[in-house]
Amino acid sequence: MTRTRSSGWLLALVLTWVVLYPIAIIALGSVRGDVGWTTHYLLAFVRDSHEWGALWNSIWISFASVAVSGAIGIPLAFVFERLEFPGRRILGALVALPAVLPPLVGVIAFLFLYGEGGFVGRVVAALLGTQQAPWRLQGWGAILLVHAYSMYVYFYLFARAGLAKVDSSMIEAAHALGHGARSTLVRVTLPLLRPQIGAAALLTFMTALGSFSAPYIFGGGFRVMTTQIVTSKVNLDVQMSVVETMALAAVAFIGLILFRRSQGTRSVAAVGKGTPPTARSIVQPAARWSAAAVGWTFALVLLLPHATLIVVSLVPVGTWTTQLVPPEYTLGNYQALAAEPERMRPLVNSIWMAGVATFGALAIALWAGRLVVQKRVSLRKSIETLTTLPWAVPGTVLAIALATTFSVKAPWVGRWVLVGTVLILPLAYMVRNIPIVSGSVLAGFRQLDQSLDEAAASLGANRWRTLWRVTIPLLRPAILAGGALAFATALGDFVTSIVLYTFDTRPISIEILSALREFDIGIAAAYGVVLMLISAVAMAVGTRR
Amino acid sequence: MANSYLQLNNLTKRFGDQFAIDDLTLGVERGTVLALLGPSGSGKTTTLRLLAGFEMPDNGEIVVDGTDVTSMSPAQRRFGMVFQHYALFPHLTVGKNVAFGLSDQTASQKQQRVVEVLAMVDLTGFADREVTELSGGQQQRVAVARALAPEPRVLLLDEPLSNLDPGLRERTRRELRLALEQTHVTTVFVTHEQEEAFALGDLVAVIHQGALEQVGTARELYERPVTRFVAGFVGRASVLSGTVVSLDRVRVSGEVEWPGECPDGLESGAPVSVVVRPEAFHFTNGDGVGGTVVERRYTGASAFFLVDANGETLEIEAPVTAAEVGDRVRVTATDTRVFPERL
Repeated sequence: MTRTRSSGWLLALVLTWVVLYPIAIIALGSVRGDVGWTTHYLLAFVRDSHEWGALWNSIWISFASVAVSGAIGIPLAFVFERLEFPGRRILGALVALPAVLPPLVGVIAFLFLYGEGGFVGRVVAALLGTQQAPWRLQGWGAILLVHAYSMYVYFYLFARAGLAKVDSSMIEAAHALGHGARSTLVRVTLPLLRPQIGAAALLTFMTALGSFSAPYIFGGGFRVMTTQIVTSKVNLDVQMSVVETMALAAVAFIGLILFRRSQGTRSVAAVGKGTPPTARSIVQPAARWSAAAVGWTFALVLLLPHATLIVVSLVPVGTWTTQLVPPEYTLGNYQALAAEPERMRPLVNSIWMAGVATFGALAIALWAGRLVVQKRVSLRKSIETLTTLPWAVPGTVLAIALATTFSVKAPWVGRWVLVGTVLILPLAYMVRNIPIVSGSVLAGFRQLDQSLDEAAASLGANRWRTLWRVTIPLLRPAILAGGALAFATALGDFVTSIVLYTFDTRPISIEILSALREFDIGIAAAYGVVLMLISAVAMAVGTRR
Repeated sequence: MANSYLQLNNLTKRFGDQFAIDDLTLGVERGTVLALLGPSGSGKTTTLRLLAGFEMPDNGEIVVDGTDVTSMSPAQRRFGMVFQHYALFPHLTVGKNVAFGLSDQTASQKQQRVVEVLAMVDLTGFADREVTELSGGQQQRVAVARALAPEPRVLLLDEPLSNLDPGLRERTRRELRLALEQTHVTTVFVTHEQEEAFALGDLVAVIHQGALEQVGTARELYERPVTRFVAGFVGRASVLSGTVVSLDRVRVSGEVEWPGECPDGLESGAPVSVVVRPEAFHFTNGDGVGGTVVERRYTGASAFFLVDANGETLEIEAPVTAAEVGDRVRVTATDTRVFPERL
């Protein structure tokens, strides 16, 4: 028993060290100068109207992203869960596709599609007979567009999963008690979906608040906190970046509490047992076909960014100038990626770093699962909280915290110089992956039958053999699902990479950015396509049953 | 029959090309409690869902108090429904669940009615509780209270007791019976357990393969079954194949003759099914069907014996000492029901 206890303490210590400690260090850093305690930096932040503006922008754009994503995702969930129409199954899967686009890749796809020089821009300009598209893809509108595109998926998937579990007799009961369709929707169905909608809203808010790619590429004069932090960091105004980081972390924390509360405290799990899923209503032919038409149009719009990326990746450097569509298509960009070692390097970097980070996170998640679910150690609540905490911390905040903590050599307080080494990015990715993998693995552990473990033990298997032959095979779906999502997230990471990368360890996203800066749009797109494909393969492996 | 309070006329419902309900006609008088009894898949739940308006019939009509409600939505029908799994709204308290069907009333009217019906199901003071905190039996009573609150024209219950522990079932059944008697509401409920049907229902309608077999009191069904299915399904019974000898005699197992009133129009030698209750069988030393005792089940003073007679299994109620497992015995019957063989 003492062995289990010390194992619990050790895991709690490791998690505290990589999760809580760095954040504590920057929290202290924001009120400490070279000569002791000071409120100087806080006051500098508070007095600067630019900073307030950026903070306010971060907050309102996050709320707006929640509103717009919900307005798209929730009705869509109803359409696909409650109506039967031609192509429902395949469309239902396509609609979730924005999820496989890494944030930066999605942003550049939008740039190539809706930007001034993008396909849609050129077509509209040609139709109007003007030189340029009558809009600029910039400012809050552009950011909100990208957020809505990538984040409505949360509402769609969560609300759909919730709807599939709603007991159809609840709806029938409301009808039998004299309530019509709308009244039933407002008074029964939506309240029953509250946990799912609340969870989607929380996830969207957190993602939007930590969003960096869209504001960085499209922001222009519109500043948000994440871009502000990176700018300060790049300008070597370390103290300001630390204070800004704390401000963003505080907003994230308040948002977390606010949205958690909105999910409600009541358990709305179905009462009684056995809840048959809702029978899908079949609508009249005209309605069926118009639903199908709307669905296909919508799917087409969703797929345009992916298609754009593929088309642009086939355009040789410098050949697409004023023409409506690119005049030439070759595989030259992909050949360049494969042939030039310096172009290949970011790919290799991203893959090994994401792989190491995923395995590290998985090891921690399995360790946590064994201690929290199976052994029920006394520290289990703290351990579980620590594994979910990084999720509530925007990527920029985490990056700055790690950069600050691991740029000092002070081994007796657990600080080493990792910044500038090959270790810092895998570490950062791993910390960001811990909540993703732990969520999945802990849920898997909770579904395990405890007596299987005991059966293995009674048959003479030792701990490791039980873990290897019984526990891990049973957890395989959870491990694959969590691992694939984590791997894809780390692979496409931009926000922590831009703070922590070195030239030798630069990942794909950083290379995409520099290709964009050199107007090698074909190369940038080719990287994007490769990233998209690897993510898609990982997700396909992860969700296979 | 065509002018009962609740009238189902020629109701037909197909799922694909499968008949769920086939030309069902049935009347229920005002204030009567009718049980729809049948094995699973017989169409009894479909009948209930047609009544509630959750399914539309392919043919036929449902009339309440002289008004055709067939094309009305569930919300317009003013039928109360108690679901098998209760379908209580987990996001609302007990009181708000009960008040859910009272949307056209003022707040004070609602509150008064909630207190009234909760008292009726013996849940006074439960209005502010969460439904998730209640036990299964309490949830069932809230579901009944919720359905009764808007004073429905007809109350429908889907397997009302099936979700309860056996120990709780009998008590809940008595309470439900009491609540129904108090309100005099016309009630239709579905069950596959005859004990429940007999205890709760004034009348029992036996449904089989989507068609109505017989409507009657429990005693009528037991003593005067009109179809072979009812004879076999209601109460315990053994079925043997036989042939007609005369108007009041049948022959089974080749040469044994038993009393049995044959239906009109059957000629001598026609194949029939002979249905015998366990208490009508006796072991005998004289003429009888020969067989071997394969099982003896004690039930107190008497026992049930299973006898294998050339492949047909007979169930006999007799004193415990009448035979042992393995004994060769002969069996005779003093009372039988005879039905034409369905070819």
